[in-house]
Amino acid sequence: MKLTFARLGNMHIAGKALFEALGIDVVLPPPPTKRTMSLGSLYSPEFACLPLKVNIGNYLEALEKGADTIVMVGGIGPCRLGLYGEIQRQILEGLRCDFKMIVVEPPQGRLDRVVRQLREIIGPQPITRYIRALHLGWSKLASIDTLEKLALELRPFENSKGEVSFAFEAALKCIEEAGTPKEVTSAAENGQTAMKSVCKKTDSDKPRIGIVGEVFMVLEPFVNCEIEKRLGEMGVVVLRSIYLSDWIVEHVVKDVFRILRKSKLPYELAKPYLCHFVGGHGVETIASTVDYAKQGLDGVIQVAPFTCMPEIIAQDILPTVSKELGIPVMTLVLDEHSSGTGVLTRLEAFVDLVRMSRRARR
Amino acid sequence: MKETIGFPRALLFYYYYPAWKTFFESLGQTCQVSGKTTKAMIDSGIKVTVDEACLPVKAFHGHVQSLSGECDRVFVPRLVSVEKKAYICPKLMGLPDMVRHNCTGIRQILDPCIDMSRNRKAFAKEVYTTGRLFTRNPLKISAARQKAEYTYEMFTRLLQAGLAPIEAMTKMNLHDAPDSWNSGTSHNAPAFEKAVGARPLVIGLLGHPYIIYDSFLGMNVLDRLKLMRANVVTMDMLPPTMIEREAAKSRKRVFWTMGRKLLGAGYYFLRPGTVDGCLQMSAFACGPDSFISELLQQESARSQRKVPFMTIIVDEHTGEAGVHTRLEAFLDIAERSRPG
Ligand code: SF4
Ligand code: SF4
Repeated sequence: MKLTFARLGNMHIAGKALFEALGIDVVLPPPPTKRTMSLGSLYSPEFACLPLKVNIGNYLEALEKGADTIVMVGGIGPCRLGLYGEIQRQILEGLRCDFKMIVVEPPQGRLDRVVRQLREIIGPQPITRYIRALHLGWSKLASIDTLEKLALELRPFENSKGEVSFAFEAALKCIEEAGTPKEVTSAAENGQTAMKSVCKKTDSDKPRIGIVGEVFMVLEPFVNCEIEKRLGEMGVVVLRSIYLSDWIVEHVVKDVFRILRKSKLPYELAKPYLCHFVGGHGVETIASTVDYAKQGLDGVIQVAPFTCMPEIIAQDILPTVSKELGIPVMTLVLDEHSSGTGVLTRLEAFVDLVRMSRRARR
Repeated sequence: MKETIGFPRALLFYYYYPAWKTFFESLGQTCQVSGKTTKAMIDSGIKVTVDEACLPVKAFHGHVQSLSGECDRVFVPRLVSVEKKAYICPKLMGLPDMVRHNCTGIRQILDPCIDMSRNRKAFAKEVYTTGRLFTRNPLKISAARQKAEYTYEMFTRLLQAGLAPIEAMTKMNLHDAPDSWNSGTSHNAPAFEKAVGARPLVIGLLGHPYIIYDSFLGMNVLDRLKLMRANVVTMDMLPPTMIEREAAKSRKRVFWTMGRKLLGAGYYFLRPGTVDGCLQMSAFACGPDSFISELLQQESARSQRKVPFMTIIVDEHTGEAGVHTRLEAFLDIAERSRPG
């Protein structure tokens, strides 16, 4: 069996480590390119949301490289993600691809279901091996998140453009190659030192912008036109509302162990503006915006895929939030036709606006 | 205290108005329905919503605004779920919030939260809370609710018998002015058909009620098809058990009530021998429909004998003439591919 799965930011590093520690061959989809995007949008429904299209592109390129099994998450609605697996399977079957698709449904509080589904992929294994694999995967995921967070803080202060990103990429490589949690930790520490060493003093005053929106769009630099890097290089400190490890704790771990309560905080924060769950990340988008405004950030950017239902609701309500809390908000709706230059122009204009309103406030 | 409650003639008005009207009138309130969708309404809806919103949601806003000033409350339910473990559309879950932010000048929004995804208890409580706004007598509320449920039952039967929602409402005296539009889809073939000897084409029509039954958004598709001498079967006319059986063919259960209905009806229509053509109408950039269409297209691609299948996408720029031409072309294809 040669396993593959869709890409999401740097998640593949952790995913690969996890499955390989369980003795499974993994064939990763190559890093997304224009070709991925055009393959994906060619074979997907026109109004499907962008993540689905990019996933399809990933699968096709991974199948070309010899993968024969795809793992994908399922879901119970209300948003489309829950049906991704089924639609993707039918699309690929319609293209006469030869593969097996395993859709992992959310456990909804039943540990036995998780175990059964994992067995289907992995086959029986001693429990210690599971624990070791999970430990390795998790340590990679957590270290990557730490490094990503650090990169966002450091970029505006780098000595010359691109140095932080360069050091960050190098650190990622080391984490990818690390074989034990211990090696991962030391790779991450080295990476942090390297990234800090290419920066000037970090305490001078820079504008701060928060990024909110749909998970895939926030986490995948390829589809959001590397918004974090670009903002950082314009001298902006970026705060990101979603980190994969937090997301997994909130949506996977707490779904397996239902005794752990899910956080109510987003609902509290969003309540004056949006008082009901709307699927996807709609409530969180509003909540993070409110939170950022309260923290005194200088602006918020929402990134959403075209036709994304929860984000449309949020987008519709954000102007009110922006007005009432006095924080500039911009929405970037992106699809397969979005161009890097177009996004860059809008980012520059927004950063100018943010700088101006900052000066006005002082 | 007597109040006027305004009902926007949009979204799921077409399914649930009879029940709510009965409910509120039993509690001594008056109900007022906004007029038919017009260009001006759509424009006023477009003005206050984000570009990315779908046409039906924009139209809903237009209807709400046309009611403001005339009613004490405007009815904008938060429709989360009308059956276990299924939803309708995320956009309907956030509708009252959107309306509140977009439409200024409404006196009050009446937004009961309809959520039956876990059980019906929460729903019963919500109905009670809504009733309490108008009376303190719990017996009155539960009587009103029973009456409403009965009305709903009768109404659904009429829909299954082949009446369009507005027709059924008129028949039940729930809708004051009998509308001439959407004059229904009764199965009776026009008399001259017999003389010619040809069986009229039967077209299976798929689409959200607020599109196909709205003369403006749906471009009068029902009347048009009828004038072109085709008989129409909509998904509302199929027995629910059959729809469920067909929809169960999907390996993964579709967790949108309306989506599952569309899929089940679509699978049925795509079987050779049921209808002569399957026509889907959907809104530009509609989330759920993008997936349902794909599932139907895949099914159509797999089948040996193909039933003609076409999707018409409507948005604020769709012109009647274009739709008309496409319908004619579609009926041509259906005519040619009909067996024997
Ligand atoms: S949240 Fe948006 S992107 Fe995600 S499945 Fe739903 S519509 Fe698609
Ligand atoms: S189902 Fe489609 S048309 Fe209806 S509200 Fe949702 S997105 Fe709009």
